[in-house]
Amino acid sequence: MLATRPTRGHLAENVMHFARVLRSAGMAIGTDRVLLSLQALREAGLASKSDFHAVLSTCMLDRIEHRDLFDRAFELFWRDPDLIGRMRAMLLPKIRAQDAMAPQQHENRRLADALFPTPKVGETPLEPPQDELEFDASLTFSAREILRKADFDTMSADEWRAARRALAQMQLMFEPLPTRRSARATHPGRADWRATMQAMARHGGQLWDMRWRRPRTRAAPLLVLADISGSMSRYSRMLLHFAHALGQAEARVESFVFGTRLTRTTRLLKSRDPDVAVAQVVRAVEDWSGGTRITTCLHEFNQRWARRTMDSTTTVLLITDGLEHGDVAALGLEMERLAKSCRRLIWLNPLLRFEKFEPKAAGIRAMLPHVDRFLPAHNLESLEQLVQVLSRRDAPDRIH
Amino acid sequence: MTQIPTSIDDVQARLLAYDYVADRQLATAVFLALRLQRPLFLEGEPGTGKTEIARTLSQMLDRPLIRLQCYEGLDLSGAAYEWNYGRQMIEIRLAEGAGADRQALADQLFSEKFLIQRALLQAIDPKREVPPVLLIDELDRADEPFEAFLLEVLSEFQITIPEFGTVKAKTPPIVILTSNRTREIHDAVKRRCLYHWVGFPDAAREFAIVLRRVPGIPQQLAQQVVAFVQKLREIELYKLPGIAETIEWARALMELDALVLDPAVIQDTLGVLLKYQDDIARMQGGEAARILEDVRNASRTVA
Repeated sequence: MLATRPTRGHLAENVMHFARVLRSAGMAIGTDRVLLSLQALREAGLASKSDFHAVLSTCMLDRIEHRDLFDRAFELFWRDPDLIGRMRAMLLPKIRAQDAMAPQQHENRRLADALFPTPKVGETPLEPPQDELEFDASLTFSAREILRKADFDTMSADEWRAARRALAQMQLMFEPLPTRRSARATHPGRADWRATMQAMARHGGQLWDMRWRRPRTRAAPLLVLADISGSMSRYSRMLLHFAHALGQAEARVESFVFGTRLTRTTRLLKSRDPDVAVAQVVRAVEDWSGGTRITTCLHEFNQRWARRTMDSTTTVLLITDGLEHGDVAALGLEMERLAKSCRRLIWLNPLLRFEKFEPKAAGIRAMLPHVDRFLPAHNLESLEQLVQVLSRRDAPDRIH
Repeated sequence: MTQIPTSIDDVQARLLAYDYVADRQLATAVFLALRLQRPLFLEGEPGTGKTEIARTLSQMLDRPLIRLQCYEGLDLSGAAYEWNYGRQMIEIRLAEGAGADRQALADQLFSEKFLIQRALLQAIDPKREVPPVLLIDELDRADEPFEAFLLEVLSEFQITIPEFGTVKAKTPPIVILTSNRTREIHDAVKRRCLYHWVGFPDAAREFAIVLRRVPGIPQQLAQQVVAFVQKLREIELYKLPGIAETIEWARALMELDALVLDPAVIQDTLGVLLKYQDDIARMQGGEAARILEDVRNASRTVA
């Protein structure tokens, strides 16, 4: 039990410092959690270090991923609480990493463009304001047309920027899925007895005034699995912009990128500004433009993430060229598992840009039977086509 | 109703008396939940005894258990309360005959008489003598909008019914929430709770659990079963067997009158332990026999 008052004062201070250390390491611990810990310590006492650890972890942890961090911090901090200074210094690289991920405004191209516009002579505005449309409609139209068909991989920097802007303005539609929740409706459907009774009570039971409800819908959730290995890098980057646009609209979007390793990027892509968001992903993922191990990464996804990040209503967008040189049979199995745990599996393959493309590579042939749709994704036009596919209410049509 | 425990040791001992072998961490979490009157949020793999702790607590403290099984689309009328529309309609007809005035009718229609209590409202009913144990099971199966319904209940132990008023518990119930983590639960819910991750037990604890839960099991068999399952959990399987599976398997082996493990009996009963075809297929090709060999060798060196 807590013995004397001065000790407790010291303890409270240390618990508070400990919480601050955890906070600077990235755990979200509010003041309420600190107060709760102190309350809990008063109840449980300080009989042993392991109990102390158990009490603090019960009060301060809220997800299993943080347990390792918590344990290490606990070991270091409570071995000698005066080590705070050194402790914070040890955790500092983490903090720095976080700072580095924070949006650096001056680097942001779009922001710079907006603040210091430097119109180039002879350049056609790609997104002309409505009133200008009449003057050079044809020119703009053709410029748009060229942009739509331009391959992401060979775009100039200006085109690339224009394409990103066009992507952010794309009309996004989502397939509406019915939920088991309902909303008030004006047309007869399911009876809303509660509202009906209220209305009748208001009229003293004289009027029979029926009220209705209808099922609510929500946008089908999406999951993006993007291959970021060498040949895919430019396409994947644009598709991350696309995924970001989808996420800013109503749909729930989970995203992962893979090369030699699988990385979850959902949180990084949450930033409102698309350039900042994609830049964060690029910075956080080490093996951008390296090699690719599709089978291993799909296996890891199925094993570790599939059950937590998707359900049977999810549409999966898999972006890869499918050129796997390893175990092709295993790749087929992983694809089958992925296909079986989602609603629709759409494979986007930039190789489809070649007109006479035939799926000859063993990896592609192993993956193809499990895919619902096999689509190109090398220019804006193909992405517009993808939006059409995403919004349609058709039943899954497996290709064979 | 029995008194709530006075120390962590007390919790551990009393849970043990009801055949629940809790480790120190879990006992601490339970103790704090009881003392601080906070909901306890338990997360972990399926079959690790999350639901069981609520059941045991209700026995141990001699309080009724109210269970709310979550599912997608669960809403207020399924979880908290609903108005009895049939009776309300009859009441309206009767009022028409008697010629009662409007206001009186409106007041009467939405009174307690016409309220159907579901699990959440039952648990905080102020007329209750004994505060119950409220188990909100598999919260991850419900959809996100449902979590928002819970916020008021979890922090204030009260429910506001627009037509009626606020119902608040006289003494807060003991609340246990469980999640298998098929999705992340919102921070707002977690913030109102104490958190504990229920992991797989170590060999010693699992052995103790099997002995208590499968009465009459030979020591040697129990030891082998536990060692085998522990080894199995080191392999990268799609779904690792939980304690529930270990107990089921031990029971199955008892039914088959097995005294020790052998490759044939393992092959016949793998379906009790593993629930995915991929995992079973993987075990069938000699892998199981190899693990069994390891287990035997290990026990020989111990003996």
